[in-house]
Amino acid sequence: MAQGEIVAGCLAPHPPHLVYAENPEQNEPVAEGGWEQLRWGYERLRESLSEIEYDAIVILSPHWQTYIGTHFLGLENFQSLSVDPIFPNLFRYHYDMNVDVELAQQIHDKAQDAGLAVKMMTNPDFRVDYGTITTGHMFRPQWDKPLVVISSNRSRAYYSVEVMQEMMMELGRVTREAILESGKKVVVLASNSLSHRHFTTESEIPEDMSKEHITSHAMHLWDMRIIDYMKSGQCQRIIDEMPEFTEQAIAETDGGAFTWLLSTLEVPNYPAILHGYGTIIGTGNAIVEWPVYKHKEA
Amino acid sequence: MSNGEIVESFVVPVHPHTVLAPEQNEGWNRLRQAYDEAAKIITDSGADLLIIYSTTWPSIIGHQLISDPNPEWVMVDHDFHELGSINYSFNIDAEFAELWNAENKARGLQSRCVNYQGFPIDVGSVVALTLLNPDNKIPAVIVSSNVYADRSETTVLAKACRDIVKKTGRKAVAITAMSLSNRMFTEHIDPKDDKIHSLKDDEWNRKILEFLGEGRLEDVGQLSRTIQQQIRVQKVVNFKPMWWLSAMNENRNNLTGNVLAYEAVHGAGCAVVNLNPTESGFGDKEYDEDNVEVFSGERGVLDSATKTQEPAQTTNGPALWEPTKAEGSVNTDSAPKPVGAYPHARRVGDLLYLSGVGPRQPGTNEIPGGPIHDQQGNPLNYDIKAQTQAVVDNISRILEEAGSSIDKVLDVTSFLVDMDRDFQGYNEVWAETLGKVGPTRTTLAIRALPTPIAVEMKVIASI
Ligand SMILES: [Fe+2]
Repeated sequence: MAQGEIVAGCLAPHPPHLVYAENPEQNEPVAEGGWEQLRWGYERLRESLSEIEYDAIVILSPHWQTYIGTHFLGLENFQSLSVDPIFPNLFRYHYDMNVDVELAQQIHDKAQDAGLAVKMMTNPDFRVDYGTITTGHMFRPQWDKPLVVISSNRSRAYYSVEVMQEMMMELGRVTREAILESGKKVVVLASNSLSHRHFTTESEIPEDMSKEHITSHAMHLWDMRIIDYMKSGQCQRIIDEMPEFTEQAIAETDGGAFTWLLSTLEVPNYPAILHGYGTIIGTGNAIVEWPVYKHKEA
Repeated sequence: MSNGEIVESFVVPVHPHTVLAPEQNEGWNRLRQAYDEAAKIITDSGADLLIIYSTTWPSIIGHQLISDPNPEWVMVDHDFHELGSINYSFNIDAEFAELWNAENKARGLQSRCVNYQGFPIDVGSVVALTLLNPDNKIPAVIVSSNVYADRSETTVLAKACRDIVKKTGRKAVAITAMSLSNRMFTEHIDPKDDKIHSLKDDEWNRKILEFLGEGRLEDVGQLSRTIQQQIRVQKVVNFKPMWWLSAMNENRNNLTGNVLAYEAVHGAGCAVVNLNPTESGFGDKEYDEDNVEVFSGERGVLDSATKTQEPAQTTNGPALWEPTKAEGSVNTDSAPKPVGAYPHARRVGDLLYLSGVGPRQPGTNEIPGGPIHDQQGNPLNYDIKAQTQAVVDNISRILEEAGSSIDKVLDVTSFLVDMDRDFQGYNEVWAETLGKVGPTRTTLAIRALPTPIAVEMKVIASI
């Protein structure tokens, strides 16, 4: 069997507003558009990867929150209605997704061997979180590739960001190892925003773009700093500054997804492609691709 | 207004073990039995409404209320999915939810009702309603826990709810679905090995339960921030449910408390506690925060949104009350309306005791010399002399109504919110008025008065 590979890694945030604004047939509410910078960013990301072949998508979403280790979806198919508990007015999405249980189990087993607390989720009534669904939809609306869905271990809530990082670096390392051993070609997605201070009010028309902006200049500065590091291939600096960024920008990196992603990519030192940046209800969101396929060792 | 009231209150745990696996651990089973006991207390109380404040339903856009009359789905816990699924079909009082929502908005809160098929009711609410209301006899309402809300906002949320309980004449049960210490083991454990995560968490939990067992709910509310720092991992901001539950009980500290069970669930501190409004022997309390009626905190990040959310109440300050009328009470239309349930004055023998008198004008409620801050709390310039003179005039009117007069004032306690700025002006007016009468006087600086005024006087006079 040929060695597996990660063909690309992406930062692929999940505000449900993006799905809402696209008006896909799966989502119930109807929008007049909105958040185009980010939706066009997702279009560019899809275009960028359209020629690349892969077998599966691995997602880590901050909205499947587990406090007892890391969990993996462990059944072949999940279908149901997902209603966002925070923005139920925007997101009521009928999903039908396939899971690459084999790959999920392989990552699970590797993580277990490495001493991480892990669990397979095999309850058929389980509802997949809206973060996974939004990122899944925006990244590949055809839903034709099986997914591996990894929960967000909320160790950040229990320990420091540093401890969270250590655990997520380790999870990223074993994820990579399992993918390489699986013989599959895989895209890895971290589903999170950058700065994450929300507005606590919503405009009458949620998609009224005259109301959308970053919550504060400090948040903007942090987002730009992190984006600069990504664009200039300085991911180790992101890892180094992650504790401050997470605390000061109340960044959604507290879910560990971003650290995990960078670890699966072995902390890239080549420039990432920024496909888009925009704010959603005040939070900062970047759509970023690390085109691993372009940086294969000869 | 009908005589609605909170007939019972409960603290209950959120994890699904009490529903799905009580037999796996003796402690979980005791929690389950306590839940069943709580259900019986509720039935016996004759309650006709259950109000749940759930810490496992965080919200960002203000406060959310379930208003689907019959939400149905299958709940699976994000962590404990292997324990199984809970099918639910609840009986929600949608009308109450709508009224509460409207009152929230009137009190300056961002609020909305949620009525969508398939909305995921949170684990805490599902567990609480499943066990406390097994046959769905009593309609319920569920409110979210806003992640950014602090004490004043949470208090106003409860006051809005109380208003509707009163208005609709309900016999309501207030329930907080919550953990005490919420640190769980971060690894899988054998159910038989379950215990409170640490001795420190256990000690704090027992202290909280000692207070609650003595009915000292407001004391726990006052300690919320400390408790949050000591034994809570930072899932939500602050230990809010005690603020809500205390405000639902008028911030009382002399309830009758009963701890029905205290056990660990995967390391977290879980208790079933009953708080009954019957007065107990305690009641002494330290109450050192603003008793907020209308929320006016910073929520207007969207400029147009702030306009639509202005509180319905247009006066700059708390609501006005009709004076109370117990024996010996003296009330007059020529003095400003009280801001609580009390008379203008009360007569005992030849003595008249006046409630604190401020400068507000009867009828218009205007403040001569201007208010000290605007509705958003921004300080304004004001004239202390004009305010002091208005206080003396109001005192004079009340005394005349009682058949006394300003020259019969015996003793005055004056309260100033800014001693440095205002003492001189106040003293000048005093010298020209009451100073000429000659009562004893004490002047104190205090942090705030209930309305945006700078001076208030407490008077004793003879007839
Ligand atoms: Fe999120």
